[in-house]
Amino acid sequence: MRARRRFFSLLAGLAAVPLLPARLARAQQADSFASVLKKITAGAPVKSGRVTVDTPRLADNGHSVPLSVSVDSPMTAADHVRSITLLSERNPRPLMATFHLDPVAGRAHVATRVRLNGSQRVLVIAQLSDGSWWSGDAEVEVTESACLDAS
Amino acid sequence: MVARVHLPAAARRGEVIEVRITVQHPMETGFRFELGGKPIPKNVINSLLVRYNGAQIFRAELGSGIAANPYLQFHTVARQSGEIEVSWVDDNGERGSERAAITVV
Repeated sequence: MRARRRFFSLLAGLAAVPLLPARLARAQQADSFASVLKKITAGAPVKSGRVTVDTPRLADNGHSVPLSVSVDSPMTAADHVRSITLLSERNPRPLMATFHLDPVAGRAHVATRVRLNGSQRVLVIAQLSDGSWWSGDAEVEVTESACLDAS
Repeated sequence: MVARVHLPAAARRGEVIEVRITVQHPMETGFRFELGGKPIPKNVINSLLVRYNGAQIFRAELGSGIAANPYLQFHTVARQSGEIEVSWVDDNGERGSERAAITVV
């Protein structure tokens, strides 16, 4: 009886093992997104607004998704956008790019093409010359993922 | 490495102009494998700098989340005739640059 009980508990233990790494991996990814965000802003509060993110709602190919960002700013020496950072919730490396703007830009608008590892929300944060952080986001539905982590 | 800097050929002084840049580069993520199973090392353009007559007007730090043959578009104010020059460096330390002329009237 005891041997059978031990056998079953061992069996249950074995069954639980494969689930663990997957859950750990997911937790790590979520963690790393938060930690990357915290590292960039140095823990400063990020307010929602002023940043507009433009992407196609449906992207056929995650390898190259057009993305444009504009920030509501007068772009003067006294009041301008210092930097714009693109973050992905599901890419293995959440930090996609940082753009440093100068007050001479005239217009706080940048555009590029990004890789997206599946459907997700893309977060863009901008730091203004007064040091404050603002954010905007966009939902993108990706039909063919960029498969960045080969999974 | 080949790149293109696209500018309006002429602009009025003080006008906000659009600068478009494309650089030919695989932007290798480091997550891909060769047919034999050997991982392909990460190699992306990690830093890109744009100067207008020598003064910096734009800087980008890129990662593997930027698509191959990176495309960047931003704005600047046309101040005087001259050149806009883009220069970059990748993870292997390879450098490149490209320039385009602008006439300000």
